Amino acid sequence: MTISKKDIEKIAHLARINISQAEAEQLEQKLIGIMSLIDKMQAVNTDNIEPMSHALDISQPLRDDVVTEFDLREKILPLAPEIEESLFIVPQVIE
Amino acid sequence: MLNLSLQSLSLGLEKKTFSSQELTKFYLERIKRHNTSLNAFISIDEDKSLLMAKKSDELIAEGRPSPLTGIPIAQKDIFCAQGWPATCGSKMLENFIAPYDATVIEKFNAAGAVNIGKTNMDEFAMGSSNETSYFGPVKNPWNLELVPGGSSGGSAAAVAARLAPAATGTDTGGSIRQPASLCGFTGLKPTYGLVSRYGMIAFASSLDQAGPMAISAEDCALMMNVMTGHDKRDSTSVERDKEDYMSQLNGSIKGLKIGIPKEFFSQGLDPSVQTLVESAIEQYKNLGAEIIEISLPNNHLAIPVYYVIAPAEASSNLSRYDGVRYGYRTKEYDDLMDMYFKTRQEGFGNEVKRRILIGTYVLSAGYYDAYYLKAQKIRRLISEDFTNAFKKCDVIMGPSAPSVAFKAGEKKEDPLAMYMQDIYTISTNLAGLPAMSIPAGFTNNLPVGLQLIGNYFSEAKLLNIAHSYQQHTDWHLQSAKGFD
Amino acid sequence: MDWDIVIGIETHVQLRTKSKQFSGASIEYGNEPNSQACLVSLAYPGVLPVLNHESVNCAIKFGLAVNAEIAPRSIFARKNYFYPDLPKGYQISQFELPIVGQGILSINVNGQNKNVRILRAHLEEDAGKSSHGVSQGKTGIDLNRAGTPLLEIVTEPDMSSAEEAVAYSKKLHELVQWIGICDGNMQEGSFRCDVNVSVKKKGTDILGTRREIKNLNSFKFIKQAIDYEVNWQIETLEDGGKIDQATILFNPETGETKAMRSKEEANDYRYFPDPDLLPLLVTQKQINEIKQTMPKLPGEFQELFEKELGLSEYDASEITSNSNVTKYFLSLVDSGVNPKLSANWILGSLFSRLNEEDINISHSPIDAKRLAELIKRIEDSTISNNAAKKVFDFVWDKSDITIDKAIEDLGLKQISDSGEIDQLIDEVLKNNQAMIEEYRSGKEKAFNALVGQIMKVSKGKANPSQVNEILKKKITK
Repeated sequence: MTISKKDIEKIAHLARINISQAEAEQLEQKLIGIMSLIDKMQAVNTDNIEPMSHALDISQPLRDDVVTEFDLREKILPLAPEIEESLFIVPQVIE
Repeated sequence: MLNLSLQSLSLGLEKKTFSSQELTKFYLERIKRHNTSLNAFISIDEDKSLLMAKKSDELIAEGRPSPLTGIPIAQKDIFCAQGWPATCGSKMLENFIAPYDATVIEKFNAAGAVNIGKTNMDEFAMGSSNETSYFGPVKNPWNLELVPGGSSGGSAAAVAARLAPAATGTDTGGSIRQPASLCGFTGLKPTYGLVSRYGMIAFASSLDQAGPMAISAEDCALMMNVMTGHDKRDSTSVERDKEDYMSQLNGSIKGLKIGIPKEFFSQGLDPSVQTLVESAIEQYKNLGAEIIEISLPNNHLAIPVYYVIAPAEASSNLSRYDGVRYGYRTKEYDDLMDMYFKTRQEGFGNEVKRRILIGTYVLSAGYYDAYYLKAQKIRRLISEDFTNAFKKCDVIMGPSAPSVAFKAGEKKEDPLAMYMQDIYTISTNLAGLPAMSIPAGFTNNLPVGLQLIGNYFSEAKLLNIAHSYQQHTDWHLQSAKGFD
Repeated sequence: MDWDIVIGIETHVQLRTKSKQFSGASIEYGNEPNSQACLVSLAYPGVLPVLNHESVNCAIKFGLAVNAEIAPRSIFARKNYFYPDLPKGYQISQFELPIVGQGILSINVNGQNKNVRILRAHLEEDAGKSSHGVSQGKTGIDLNRAGTPLLEIVTEPDMSSAEEAVAYSKKLHELVQWIGICDGNMQEGSFRCDVNVSVKKKGTDILGTRREIKNLNSFKFIKQAIDYEVNWQIETLEDGGKIDQATILFNPETGETKAMRSKEEANDYRYFPDPDLLPLLVTQKQINEIKQTMPKLPGEFQELFEKELGLSEYDASEITSNSNVTKYFLSLVDSGVNPKLSANWILGSLFSRLNEEDINISHSPIDAKRLAELIKRIEDSTISNNAAKKVFDFVWDKSDITIDKAIEDLGLKQISDSGEIDQLIDEVLKNNQAMIEEYRSGKEKAFNALVGQIMKVSKGKANPSQVNEILKKKITK
């Protein structure tokens, strides 16, 4: 399996990354290279093998239902690119 | 002075031979003098560091010091430290001042250590040469034309040039051990879950682990005493009793069974590196260890598997950088989509973008089973290789990296060649095992690292094994010339 | 042409916790924008999620309530998509292994019982709130709601009319409040339904293409939206058109449904197990412990009321349709009044008055204790049932008057003195010899007419059963 120009367009869109014309060619070559490295996996028979998501076989710890966090606006609003009346501002979303 | 162990520095502080403020000034001076050539630090804040030092001096005067009180530590810029920038080597976070402390930082603060500055790194820890940093490449103190390794390249250069007595690093695929090998000092990646990831900016969550980078195994042990411990804010943090790594350094290694995986000495390994690694193992034999040949048959799959899993997790972890709540936002945009696309195009560097795209691809509809799921299955095979190996041996040894430090620019545009740098380190991240790199000699005046891989939670044993070697060698005490 | 309607519902139930799903920020409604946006809600670099124990308990309670299997091991996954009110760029949800498996919720429509199969229920987190047009061309993001614990409950496409869909939604709405996992506040979005609707030709097994109506937060809207949508789909198909799968919104002002601006790409959420969260393990011991704390379920009460208290199936089902009604009923029964009489009063006078004035039974001006006093006066023959209704209406908005005082003030005290009744009967019989004869010749009706006369003379105060008894003795020869 290899990665096509169309695939790259699709995933760049999913990942919300603009790719300029100038970048496109180089990027495609590199991604093809990386995918060919990854494709070495395909030679391995993985039937009946349980996928491994975590290094350790331990279970989810749970948190008591207690409110421990309080108003952080003074700290966090100044770090935002654009705010208005305590709201984070983005260009209008059209649904 | 420059080669003093952390414990000796601690003693000097306690005996008032020097104050923490003096010690901090001493290292700040060194940073000022050498950072222009090394580019090891992204941010220095003399006032903040000296204020911390002053507080530490007060603690010492009150007779309440802990072993790291007053000692300057360089912090990789991946950790959030309140009031300090946390750029993660990216334009995306160029102006981001962390409003909170990572657990690791909190622990160093509680111990009274001094934050001497935030070190340079590959952008979002993605790289093996520190050339992907938005803040420019880091130079290898042993030869300024060479790379220090990555991603913890700033911390590596800082320790190697003695711009700080010790530093923190993080290791997702070798980012502590490979630079430790290329810069000639001691680095430890602990068992996954031993050090809290809270406040450590995520690259690949199931692989990331923080650890110490220092001159010796003993210094690493002291750092580990501070850095480890269960954290309720990290769901993957392991609940187990805290160990004292210092007290276990001097155990006997007589009869130690060292497993040598034949796969670690195959094609691609620089012969001069191989020679030095073999002679280090020989030395262990002289110290009473037993050598056993083992096999890690799936190790050659570690890189392909890693370059599915790490980018997949990263593609999702890095979605939060969208220019809405903090961080970089593009200057001109027509609408929301345009804002997203340009912000992420301009805010991320090329390697980061490549990995986000690969990660997006392997998770996308129609490819998930063939790539992501497949990688997770092979991850289990790789992990089981180690389980089997540790039935036969106590520790696994081999090279940390396939070569000595290479020329800046040499692999920058060749991701595949760059990825091979981590061929011996990645499998332990996939398995979650602890591993170290310790200096094992020089070839052409460039350091070479020996890698030690242990079973889960065997950090004390690993440090003990490393320490024994360092009692009989002085490779780790040699530092780069020109940084006096 | 005849069409079958196929409906499945996904409900987002906001869990009644104090803090968020994965952080210690408050989930209180209506506070200043972003005042409850903690670092986790904001998706700051480096922060990590830690799961709320209480929401796991809520999910288990729900599973038990619908007789579903609780997964001993469930997994949290990331659902990846970009939206400004989704700070991490992914939602943490459960995908392949949800905490609650298949269950059943039975509903009753027009006297017909029907089982709606629950496919699954999984834990997830809410997004923030976008306010469009805060100023010209801008959207404002408030993350107070981001990370609020949700349980998404998904049915099989088992409903075949808007009425069934509404009955299911109401039943579920009641159940989640009953077991205490949701406050049920639909205005504040605590209970929101996504309704999947498709139509197919009667008799075929081939399902039509479904369209999903998003975010319905009232039962009225569910009904209106489905009715409109079904009509639209049938008309479209009968006109030879084709239905495309779509996400649609209901406009309450026009009563119409409309497809959202079609996305440029098909959704590709790239689900994968969240590496920050380990498998959630639930033991049988934990489940048993939660079982102990569960209130009796409506179905259990219904059975109990039918078998032990002799209520009819209908009455028992009505009394258990809402936990507050059941509570009211139980306190009536606890104070020693007759259960059947209690049910009659609740479903009769009390309900009609509450409905009229749109008051919830938990805020009824006549509480259970007061109604019990009234019913007791019927039971001890102080007043008749009819007189009691007058007292009921009289004291409805007069909380300061005791029941006994009201009976006295209204002069409704029943005549139960047999001497007095004797006199009344004699008086009436004197003037109605003809009727006595009629009765004696076998016309039962005449007896009832006489009783009516006697009650009239007594101004309704004579104890009817005594009147019956004495009259019978007097005229039966």
